[in-house]
Amino acid sequence: MDYEIVIGLEVHIQLSTRTKVFCGCSTDFGKEPNTQVCPVCLGLPGVLPVLNQTALDYSIIVGLALNCTISEFSRFDRKHYYYPDLPKNYQISQYEYPLCQNGFLDININDQPKRIRIRRVHLEEDAGKLLHQESISLIDYNRTGMPLLEIVTEPDISSPDEAYEYLLLLKSIIKYLGVSDCDMEKGSLRCDANISVRRFGEKELGTKTELKNMNSFKAVKDALSYEANRQIDLLRQGLSVVQETRLWNPEQEITVAMRSKEEAKDYRYFPEPDLPPLYFKQEYIQKLKNRIPELPDKKYRRFLTEYNLRPMDAQVLVAERDDAEYAEQCLQRFKGKDRRIVINWLIGPLSSEANERKLRICQLNVSVEGFLNLLELIEQGRLSQLAAKQVLKEMINTGKGAQEIIKSRDLEQISDTTYLESVVAEVVASNPKTCQDYQQGKENALMFLVGQVMKKTKGKANPQLVQELLRNKLTN
Amino acid sequence: MTIDKELVNYVAHLARIELNPQELEKLSNQLRVILDFINKLNTAKIEDIPTTSYVLDLSNVTRPDIPKVSLSAQEALDNTKFKEGNFFIVPKIIE
Amino acid sequence: MIEPCTLTAHELMRRLINKELSFAELLTSLKNRIRLFDNKINAYVRKNDVCSAASAAEISPSGLSIPVSLKDNICTKGNNTECCSKILAGFKPPYDATVVAKLKAHGLPIFEYKLNMDEFAFGSSTENSCFGPTRNPWDLERVAGGSSGGAAAAVASGEAIWALGSDTGGSIRQPASFCGVVGLKPTYGRVSRYGLIAFASSLDQIGPITKDVRDCAFLLKLISGYDPLDSTTKDIPVPDYTQSLDPWVKDIKIGIPKEYFVKGLDPEVKDIVEEAIEFLKKLGAKVKEVSLPHTEYAVAVYYIIATAEASSNLARFDGVQYGLRSLPKEGHSHEPRTVAMYKKTRGDGFGEEAKRRILLGTFALSHGYYDAYYLRALKVRTLIKKDFDRVFEEFDCIVTPTSPTVAFYIGERAQDPLSMYLSDVYTISANLAGIPAISLPCGFTKKGLPVGLQIISRPFNEELLLRVAFSYEDNTPWHTMQPYLKPPQEDFLGELRG
Repeated sequence: MDYEIVIGLEVHIQLSTRTKVFCGCSTDFGKEPNTQVCPVCLGLPGVLPVLNQTALDYSIIVGLALNCTISEFSRFDRKHYYYPDLPKNYQISQYEYPLCQNGFLDININDQPKRIRIRRVHLEEDAGKLLHQESISLIDYNRTGMPLLEIVTEPDISSPDEAYEYLLLLKSIIKYLGVSDCDMEKGSLRCDANISVRRFGEKELGTKTELKNMNSFKAVKDALSYEANRQIDLLRQGLSVVQETRLWNPEQEITVAMRSKEEAKDYRYFPEPDLPPLYFKQEYIQKLKNRIPELPDKKYRRFLTEYNLRPMDAQVLVAERDDAEYAEQCLQRFKGKDRRIVINWLIGPLSSEANERKLRICQLNVSVEGFLNLLELIEQGRLSQLAAKQVLKEMINTGKGAQEIIKSRDLEQISDTTYLESVVAEVVASNPKTCQDYQQGKENALMFLVGQVMKKTKGKANPQLVQELLRNKLTN
Repeated sequence: MTIDKELVNYVAHLARIELNPQELEKLSNQLRVILDFINKLNTAKIEDIPTTSYVLDLSNVTRPDIPKVSLSAQEALDNTKFKEGNFFIVPKIIE
Repeated sequence: MIEPCTLTAHELMRRLINKELSFAELLTSLKNRIRLFDNKINAYVRKNDVCSAASAAEISPSGLSIPVSLKDNICTKGNNTECCSKILAGFKPPYDATVVAKLKAHGLPIFEYKLNMDEFAFGSSTENSCFGPTRNPWDLERVAGGSSGGAAAAVASGEAIWALGSDTGGSIRQPASFCGVVGLKPTYGRVSRYGLIAFASSLDQIGPITKDVRDCAFLLKLISGYDPLDSTTKDIPVPDYTQSLDPWVKDIKIGIPKEYFVKGLDPEVKDIVEEAIEFLKKLGAKVKEVSLPHTEYAVAVYYIIATAEASSNLARFDGVQYGLRSLPKEGHSHEPRTVAMYKKTRGDGFGEEAKRRILLGTFALSHGYYDAYYLRALKVRTLIKKDFDRVFEEFDCIVTPTSPTVAFYIGERAQDPLSMYLSDVYTISANLAGIPAISLPCGFTKKGLPVGLQIISRPFNEELLLRVAFSYEDNTPWHTMQPYLKPPQEDFLGELRG
């Protein structure tokens, strides 16, 4: 390709504080319209904002996790524009002195690390929600004043895939920090993009367009792909790219220029006089630094070496922080022979149960001890894999331990060789033709005989052992 | 720099205020006079002088993250007749 | 027979406690006063609007129950608060301003009518009110001053016992001086602004307007203090200001700024103020000339910063949630309907001065002009503040005239905005520097118009202001004088206390 793509991403995340950023209204999701409002977030005449300490803490924690410098001095500014979802017709945001600057994230693309620089991280208030009907628009101010963290990258991203990787990594880091649930469906993570193209080797940036209305990470990737191609096509035809805002249309899978003609916005920024400035002392920053847990990429690399995991497996285990901690507990406390069973069962049956119930592994009500106990029973041969899956389901549903369930449901696998030999002898004696078939080379005949043993033992016989015993008996 | 009607019209648009022609004329003239007066600030010596955005020596003022009682929707909507159910309404906004 | 409504709050408290007077009698006296004279004075607004009045049931008669009258920009829950503007017509805040909550907590009733003001506090004469001007009780052809003209006129005429106004560039002190009463602007951060409908966030303060310094100290004590709802209040204890009323100024160092005694100051006012300064000398104060060299820039700096902040604070008035909403006719404009709605609402709802200030402020913040105007003004503000810091290193306070003139005639300056702005020249600097200042009466001109003396001090030094003011007041008769109000022919009440 003779053209290269230049992308910058602007991500807004809603912080999971208990109250809004400048007032004490609750931040619960999904309430009746205009019931989570107060004079302050409604912007009524006479009101004043007061900053939420936790929102400030969370913002700096994010900045630190993104390797930013925390500004010694920071303050809020008013950003003016008129829109019905903005009660004061200005947003309290940060312009000249954001909380955090000059950070980076190292993404993994084509097995190579690539650094995406973060220009700034700043705190601001969210606007309300509009619902459009035929002749009127409805306004719900519940969301006004929710704390938003804006994270802006430098235009270091070179492909839609890189953008996707960046978003995945950013989300996993922020979820690890526990400061936001980063759910695009709930609107607690939003992404806008700036994209331009230029001929390879050219130093100057091409004209950029701003992309909005991408409601999933995949949509971001698709929109950027489409737009990059659209711009390249234009340039190839000798036409120029118009600087404009374009909306992603997910049904038609195209970007469309916004209908209203946009004038250059004059936000008339000036320092917010109602909020005194912020000066950060080293002790405060250090205290926040200490609250940062081991982040996903570091944990991933450690899991690879410490537990000898395959990259694929490590990635799955590290995806959610509390699940990663659960997994690590399991790996560390397992006293059995081969840790592979722990990994297989974490990634396999336990994860399936969690996904089915739309929960995380650690929310399944299965303690680490209980889980390891189950695995020990399998290793000891006292429980078949199939039966163990049933037991696991019941452990989750009832909260009971494996031992108790096995006893009450009589699921214990029979691995008693003496007993099984007698059953095998019985089955062989009752099926002379099939035995002959097997001895003459029909492998599948053995399976029939195994089935017969399983039937006689009500499915509790250890199938591998039964196979072994049958083969031994019939090849003699 | 002079204040002419074009500039005042532009500023009125930024401020979302509709002016009739007489107002535009009158205000343009008055603002010109006022701005001429204000331009005397250009004689003040401000090299190396910091700005005063905050006249008190306050900083780092915050509140704990503890929920307070909110207004009811009825209270919030009480000051307008332009409402439907629990929503405020405005003429349709076309994006 | 002395009308109770003409007495000071402290005297009324004494009479109420001694049962020489009942609360009902006091209220009747006030209401009668208003009925007789407010048609002419126009200190109160929306008097005929039943739903705008506070319910009488809220009033709890106790020794402290002297009703406080409020300027129309201080929010009272469930009662109309409109800043005397058409754009806020009908607005009932769902919450009380912090100062209102404090008064109520002390058992003080809030008087049911609100006081007239220049719309959104934009003005120095109360001629910019949508309810018409307030007339000066000392001469009904003249203005009461502004923007707290209603408050000052009501207190001067006995239509209010005491009042709360707001001061952004002199809006408490100048009307107090025009009406011969006491007015104090606290240090920025002394009194909560939560519930004060904002004009300029870095300059506004709520303060008392009273008949004498003792009442002023009392009311100031009640409303002061740190407020968790206002991030710009300072968390320091509130002294008992009533203990500052010690008539002792010996060896207090007073600075007289030479820049305030130049051309533009009315000669009669100059003489009367200089006499007052001499009097303070006789009482033992040490008086010396000082310099505040950047005084000449104060009005210009103010009209950039204050209008810039005002243009921002008033952006919220758009008809969406409350107040006036004007809908343009179909096809009236080519713009989107919500934009047209904003423009028409704000065009219809704001008065001329409001439009002037919003446009000026928007201009000062706009791209391309921000550095030359707003940023520059913020730097000159530093210079003005430093002037005061320097003087206060050596002096305890500064004394000046409150205003270059006495009350001017209604309509005299209305057509010349700049001349109106220049009348604020002595009061504006205290707001820019965030320091406290008080105005009290110090004499009358030959035409019988009050002259105000202003005392300014360093931050959080209201105690000194009150002490110097009280010392002066205690030895002079000005605060006991009341305007003669000619009763309407059909209802002659008798002599007024002279």
